[in-house]
Amino acid sequence: MRDKPLIAIGLLVVIVVAAVAFVAGRKAGSAPPPVVATASTSANLPPSATKPATEEAPQGKQIDAIRRGVPINQEGMAPALAHVENADIKRNRAYPMQPPTIPHSIDNYQIDKNSNRCLLCHARANADKFQAPPVSVTHYMDRDDQFLATISPRRYFCNQCHVVQTDAQPLVANNFKDIDTILSEQPEQPEHKAN
Amino acid sequence: MTAQMTRREFIRNTAVAVAANVAGIALPASATNVLLEGDLTQLKWSKAPCRFCGTGCGVNVAVKNGRVVATHGDVHAEVNRGLNCIKGYFLSKIMYGSDRLTQPMLRKKDGAYAKDGEFTPVSWDEAFDVMAAQFKRVLKEKGPGSVGMFGSGQWTVWEGYAANKLYKAGFRSNNLDPNARHCMASAVMGFMRTFGMDEPMGCYDDIEATDAFVLWGSNMAEMHPILWTRVTDRRLSNPQVKVAVLSTFEHRSFELADIPIVFKPQTDLVILNYIANHIIKSGKVNKDFVNQHTSFKRGVTDIGYGLRPDNPLEVNAKNAKDPTASDPIDFEQFATFVAPYTLEKAVEMTGVEKGWLEQLAELYADPKTKVVSFWTMGFNQHTRGVWANNMVYNLHLLTGKISTPGNSPFSLTGQPSACGTAREVGTFSHRLPADMLVANPEHRKHAEEIWNIPHGIIQPKPGFHAVEQNRKLRDGVLNAYWVQVNNNMQAGANLMQETYPGYRDPRNFVVVSDAYPTVTAQAADLILPAAMWVEKEGAYGNAERRTQFWHQLVKAPGEAKSDLWQLMEFSKRFTTDECWPADILAANPQYKGKTLFEVLFKNGKVDKFPTSQIEAGYDNDESTAFGFYVQKGLFEEYAEFGRGHGHDLAPFDAYHQARGLRWPVVDGHETRWRYREGTDPYVKAGTGFQFYGNKDGRAVIWALPYEPPAESPDKEFDLWLVTGRVLEHWHSGSMTMRVPELYRAFPQAVVFMNPDDAKARGFKRGDEVRVVSRRGDMRSRIETRGRNRMPPGVVFVPWFDAGQLINKVTLDATDPISKQTDYKKCAVKVVAV
Repeated sequence: MRDKPLIAIGLLVVIVVAAVAFVAGRKAGSAPPPVVATASTSANLPPSATKPATEEAPQGKQIDAIRRGVPINQEGMAPALAHVENADIKRNRAYPMQPPTIPHSIDNYQIDKNSNRCLLCHARANADKFQAPPVSVTHYMDRDDQFLATISPRRYFCNQCHVVQTDAQPLVANNFKDIDTILSEQPEQPEHKAN
Repeated sequence: MTAQMTRREFIRNTAVAVAANVAGIALPASATNVLLEGDLTQLKWSKAPCRFCGTGCGVNVAVKNGRVVATHGDVHAEVNRGLNCIKGYFLSKIMYGSDRLTQPMLRKKDGAYAKDGEFTPVSWDEAFDVMAAQFKRVLKEKGPGSVGMFGSGQWTVWEGYAANKLYKAGFRSNNLDPNARHCMASAVMGFMRTFGMDEPMGCYDDIEATDAFVLWGSNMAEMHPILWTRVTDRRLSNPQVKVAVLSTFEHRSFELADIPIVFKPQTDLVILNYIANHIIKSGKVNKDFVNQHTSFKRGVTDIGYGLRPDNPLEVNAKNAKDPTASDPIDFEQFATFVAPYTLEKAVEMTGVEKGWLEQLAELYADPKTKVVSFWTMGFNQHTRGVWANNMVYNLHLLTGKISTPGNSPFSLTGQPSACGTAREVGTFSHRLPADMLVANPEHRKHAEEIWNIPHGIIQPKPGFHAVEQNRKLRDGVLNAYWVQVNNNMQAGANLMQETYPGYRDPRNFVVVSDAYPTVTAQAADLILPAAMWVEKEGAYGNAERRTQFWHQLVKAPGEAKSDLWQLMEFSKRFTTDECWPADILAANPQYKGKTLFEVLFKNGKVDKFPTSQIEAGYDNDESTAFGFYVQKGLFEEYAEFGRGHGHDLAPFDAYHQARGLRWPVVDGHETRWRYREGTDPYVKAGTGFQFYGNKDGRAVIWALPYEPPAESPDKEFDLWLVTGRVLEHWHSGSMTMRVPELYRAFPQAVVFMNPDDAKARGFKRGDEVRVVSRRGDMRSRIETRGRNRMPPGVVFVPWFDAGQLINKVTLDATDPISKQTDYKKCAVKVVAV
């Protein structure tokens, strides 16, 4: 039919528009700038209090970076939910005793008195099967530093010390310097006699 | 260009360079791959308590080149024996956020202070000049009732003590209240009404000795994680131990629960009376204990909700004016009072299955089961929170399950020093140190004697409490206001109607001391940069009465100074002539013309100890500034209040040696169980138990009913809003949101919602929504998965995110007795943006 190419083009246009809209929606969802929207409604002021001459903290004085530039008495778009990093790439630790962060997603992992999903892979007995880092031997020690046959119950709920990391970019930089940085910043040491 | 390089260094550098080259790694020129020299690799380790929650874990802090480089759980600390939680493991980063406040900042326009001016860096001198001028103006025009301070359960012990003196003895204002009002006030009033004295009678050792744990509205897994590891250890090592968890929604603590209970908000009161009724009806009352060691009272009812006095809920409440009134009753009358709280009634009102309630009740009733009750904000942030505290003590008193190892009604404290500072030092609007009250003339006299000031200086009328301070700022009654170590713009309920207008009212001058630019600092007129944690010598007191000290380990950045320095330095700007009544000065002329600093801090006691007594190897910037060992002087004067009165603190130096000591410390021995003969030195021999906070030595069993909440869901606002915290963030997130690992673990607040509720409203996980109440609204995102599993009709929003101020939505209803806000119950709707 003569209409077939038209229908095909129309379909193509619809698909392209839908795809563009989808991508645009995802992009907007993932990195929103702080958009100052409507002022908050303030319903039902207490009847007897006279309305004071309020002074809103002027726009240019938004010094709390966590607020993302939105004045206190206004509301901005809430950033989209961040995504948990799931790349299984081990991260550096701030210092040796820091519990390593979890390099993969743990959605729906059951960790309760009946079952511990983390230990399925990370128990020292299973670690080689799954090539997962075994839990540290410290996790097999009880309160009195004695070794137990299995994971110590005081270490059972992994999530109290180990957390995932999302792709959210910190709003405020942190100037912590780890020990290696500090040592490498030291001036050259004087010559040692016993060389 | 390097100077001489040793032969060893040359060989080492070459080896490293070659190895790196082969491995394809680029290295800076001076990199060596292994450093072994002792003086380079040695770290200075010192003890400190964790900066965060009321558990009070001990940590060791490593310092190198003037910076904290690591911390680890202290194996010698009894509380945690080497463990920390995720927040504790990042203590080494909390001081290093890049926007740390380092200089005072004053709002200025055209070179002078202006309420609508831009924040301009100023010197400390200019900051205090302007601040003193404002305070003096207000004192002169309106009197001490118009100056106030909002302090903190995260103040060190001596900071709270110095603030208490400055306000109550210096400015003569009782308008000093701590943010602990938001978290522990109900617990405090619960203790006072049942025992006549504050703070738990047991200790953490009860965890390892008990047969059953009952968590009442407490999410220990996230909020007291190290105590939770001890509970988990006890439960999983001993399968006969039972754990009951009660809340208005399912959270992480339910992972360990044998008896999981999700109840309708506010009906915890019903469950408490049901259990009391069950104990009585099943014949399990410990009659000997009850007869010898308890008395009975019935409290008045219909006590209102702590709202503004003209609110209809207050006008119509019969006993809003005197909510603490009571009359004495006996056991029979108490039994009759709780008799209507049958199992059937409990099931009907709470929505909980019969079997769970029965099992829970038996944990208390069975004489063979030792039981520890834990509670925190579910009970305390409650319009009937004091009642709930009294009622859980009822269960332990009816059965005699108290003050012995494993039998412990244990009120958990949220903040690291709500006990040690706010409560014990008495930084409340109605209090003095050691549980004393401004309203009591004997107590005032005693304080004036210890403080070496004339009688009549301390005012008898309680000042404005937390919620009242916000209201008085808004009404223009409170005009000169100082905020230290809290973030009340974010933490106070009903932000848009009360907190925000108050801070921004041109009649008011608001000063905020903080380490970071929070929303509270942002709303202030003058910002003072504060030193934090190990940048100053400090002391905290945790939930189990353990007082713990730490030394200054590093210097504060820029011109940041500790809150203690700020309080003491500011006091130099005022004289007694400006602050004290003329007639008292006329009668005591030796005090005329003295600065408050001289009278309060150079009084022969606070300045008694020389700086040479500071432990070698540690800085102490405040003592250097003032010329005497400030912390020791303040502490030893403060300790006079409690020693010999059941609040005994050990000598100052002992705390720098020990990993904390639990008071009362008598003859060098801590007290683990109070009120029990043999473990508490204050209990007379032969009595067995003595609740010596009360004159008759008896604890009070209170007859109190269920009463409904201030605001329940209705047709328009059809959901309950519960607010709270998450593991990764402490309080308002001012510290933890600036630590990358903690931020990235949980970067923003969300609305936890039941998936069916979300679907019915057309929402999917991740959709942006508005949470709306009668008072304000907030934009957020829906979360239907994760750590909190919400029942239908209830949503949960944590308050750590300055980008999502949920307190725009909450209601400033309080327990009328404790004045503590109920952050767990108000009515909201959740709608599309």
